[in-house]
Amino acid sequence: MLGISADIQGSRREVVAFRLGEQDFCIDIGYVREIRGWTPTTVIPHAEPHIKGVINLRGSVVAVVDLSARLSLGETTPSPRHVVIIVSVNNQIVGLLAEVVSDILSVTPDMVKPVPEQVGEGSQDFISAIMTMPDGRMLRALELTHILPMGSGIVP
Amino acid sequence: MASLDTLRVSFFQECEDLLDRLADGLRQLAADPVNYDIETVHAVFRAVHSIKGGGGAFGLDDLVGFAHLYETVLDGLRTGRTVMEDALMQTLLRAGDVLADLVTAARDGVPPPAELTARVATELEQLAGGHGDKDESFAFEPMMLSLDPIEAEAPSVSDGPRHDIYFAPQGELYVTGNEPAGMILALSRLGTVQVEADLSEVRPLADFSPEQPGLRWRITLDGCIETAEIERVFEFVEDIAQVRINLGPPPSQEEEPTSPAEAVEEAGVAAQIQPTAEILALPLAAAGARGAPAAPPPVAQDGAVATIRVNLARVDKLINLIGELVIMEAMLSQVIAKAGLDSNSEAASGLDRIRQLAGEIQESVMAIRAQPLRPVFQRMERILREVTEATGKKARLVTVGEATEVDKTVIERLIDPLTHMIRNSVDHGLESAAARQAAGKPVEGTITLSAAHRSGRVIIEVADDGGGIDRPRVRDIAERKGLIPTGAVLGPSDIDSLLFLPGFSSKTEVSAISGRGVGLDVVRREIQALGGRVSISSVDGAGTTFTIALPLTLAVLEGMLLEFGGQTMVLPLSSIVETLSPASSTIHALGRSNRVVLNRGELIPILDLVEVFDLPRLGDPPEQGVLVIIVTDAGTRAALAVDRILDQRQVVIKSIEDNYHAVPGISAATILGDGHVALIIDPEELVRSARSEHAPPLLSMKG
Repeated sequence: MLGISADIQGSRREVVAFRLGEQDFCIDIGYVREIRGWTPTTVIPHAEPHIKGVINLRGSVVAVVDLSARLSLGETTPSPRHVVIIVSVNNQIVGLLAEVVSDILSVTPDMVKPVPEQVGEGSQDFISAIMTMPDGRMLRALELTHILPMGSGIVP
Repeated sequence: MASLDTLRVSFFQECEDLLDRLADGLRQLAADPVNYDIETVHAVFRAVHSIKGGGGAFGLDDLVGFAHLYETVLDGLRTGRTVMEDALMQTLLRAGDVLADLVTAARDGVPPPAELTARVATELEQLAGGHGDKDESFAFEPMMLSLDPIEAEAPSVSDGPRHDIYFAPQGELYVTGNEPAGMILALSRLGTVQVEADLSEVRPLADFSPEQPGLRWRITLDGCIETAEIERVFEFVEDIAQVRINLGPPPSQEEEPTSPAEAVEEAGVAAQIQPTAEILALPLAAAGARGAPAAPPPVAQDGAVATIRVNLARVDKLINLIGELVIMEAMLSQVIAKAGLDSNSEAASGLDRIRQLAGEIQESVMAIRAQPLRPVFQRMERILREVTEATGKKARLVTVGEATEVDKTVIERLIDPLTHMIRNSVDHGLESAAARQAAGKPVEGTITLSAAHRSGRVIIEVADDGGGIDRPRVRDIAERKGLIPTGAVLGPSDIDSLLFLPGFSSKTEVSAISGRGVGLDVVRREIQALGGRVSISSVDGAGTTFTIALPLTLAVLEGMLLEFGGQTMVLPLSSIVETLSPASSTIHALGRSNRVVLNRGELIPILDLVEVFDLPRLGDPPEQGVLVIIVTDAGTRAALAVDRILDQRQVVIKSIEDNYHAVPGISAATILGDGHVALIIDPEELVRSARSEHAPPLLSMKG
């Protein structure tokens, strides 16, 4: 329900689009608090491989999720050109590590397509819808509740 | 406009204060039931009355009914119809407990403890009986505000002295639902009233503030009226309104002789009023002359310190922000140092000043969260009453240092462990009356509950004057329950510590009070969760003392910064015994991968933190590193192997679980001067998980 499809039915919405590997993804702009450059994190012992560690976000301790590793697209080796998208979902604040943010785009309901049924592929659990853009790009809308460290079924 | 819900919330907050006052008053009465101060009875009566009034407004019938009975009995005491005696005092105390229960039940929306309420209500009824009040069913009727001019219903006789009354309600008066018109009406029943509204303090509508009413009244009251009768009208508002009652000249010019006593009173009142008038005049004069001393602020009545209620979340936010400020300041000073500025430069000295200010602000904000332990200690009086009733033992509670201030969150979480300890002290600590007499002690046992600040910690002690711990028996029980191997060599304090082991219950027969399966191990766990320690000491025949040592606040922690595997972590200083750079000859391998260090004749297992936390090994093998010896509250020692010790400092505790989940072996996080996050090690859990697995500890913690 936190995905894009339900939220934007019947109205235009803005999304933050970014790239992971060769694929385009997006998050509803409503969840995004800020976007900051990558800074070294403090490693958390025994954390899942996609948890890059924690950073200090103005006094709060915030975990950084390597989105690429989370979506089984391969672990990211962060560099200063990477960004951390700070999102807030269910009162929980998390940083999402991604490659450069490409754009902030408007989507209309007719662009939203359901995720096709696929078998044996884990990543579609994390995608709530697909936006087809006029320029031919395909944006995968992320299901944030499944990505956050506290999300159901992911707590170790 | 405030919704009913917020009014409800503020009513129950109000009730907390009133119940505090009630408990305070009852305690004073109980301390000296013979020569008590009648004012104390009045204070108790007023508290009960206010709770009743508020309860009526919210339709809390159980509460109102009980409070009414209670009030009737107290009224008897205050008017002298009833004489204070021990049984009455006990009933009053119990009724205070029940009233508190009823308020809590009403607040939480749960059914009140019916059986206890009924029992105490019956006691009260018996005491109230004969005063013709108990059959009169009490109903709360909201008073309608009548806008009709108040007509004097009293006889028009205007002989006797004239009272001049100055009545200036404060905002609080309206907040508590009092209505000046009602009071003036009540005065009109006493005699002829002339009411004149004093509008001088009323502000223009633009500056109107509902919380600072400006309306005052001057009332002249003619008739043969005792000043005390007038005072009674204002009894419930005397601390929320300014009331001056002045015996003025009689209405007729023919001098009627006033009694000498009245004359004296009149003179006294006049003398009191005089300076007030001067003070009022001062600001006007001072306004013109710059630099003239400002008028003293109006002194709160009966010396009470003005307080406000603040949402705890706001204070916490402030604490967080100040933590930020401290961190930013540390970052700035690093930048200045890097820029090569002289430490005498203006920038550096300005920064010094900021550091001082930040420190002062931090202390002040921490002080906001600090609360006296008094409410907790008062709660314990009740616990003692209940437990002495249940066990039939006689005991009194002596409290020392109840003004000691502790962080609010600590206070709330102290109630359960202290309750358990008080019960334990009476039930297990104190001997039976016969045994006490045989030992030449007074039959009534004494439990001393004391609190004090000592070297940055709060020390709370629960001491009884009982027989002390029966060590042979404790040892016997522990052996029988398989908690210790038979014939183990144990010192006296080791035996005492057995009481804290889970599954230990020394009482042979399980009593209703303590020993219901939960033992002192629960107390210890709760205190540990607060970052504190609990210890026990016992003297044969003289009693047992439990000592709780707590940190002043949960917001900061004194820690040692350790570096290992390229990471910096903080270890709480309270758990560190010593640090050493061991010679490799003192380190011995034990089994496949375990190692121990021989230190002062003791073999201590080594926990290599790089392995425990599964970090990449960067530096030297741990033999060349540093060992930090820690001790847990259970007395277990462990040596933590780290690469380097960096620093020792106070760190602000930040939760990891807010935005992440719990991490094994880590209790929280903090932010270092360079803005990076450092994790705070939980030594207790580290040792616990190391012991629970005989294999290398890291395996047990893999998430």
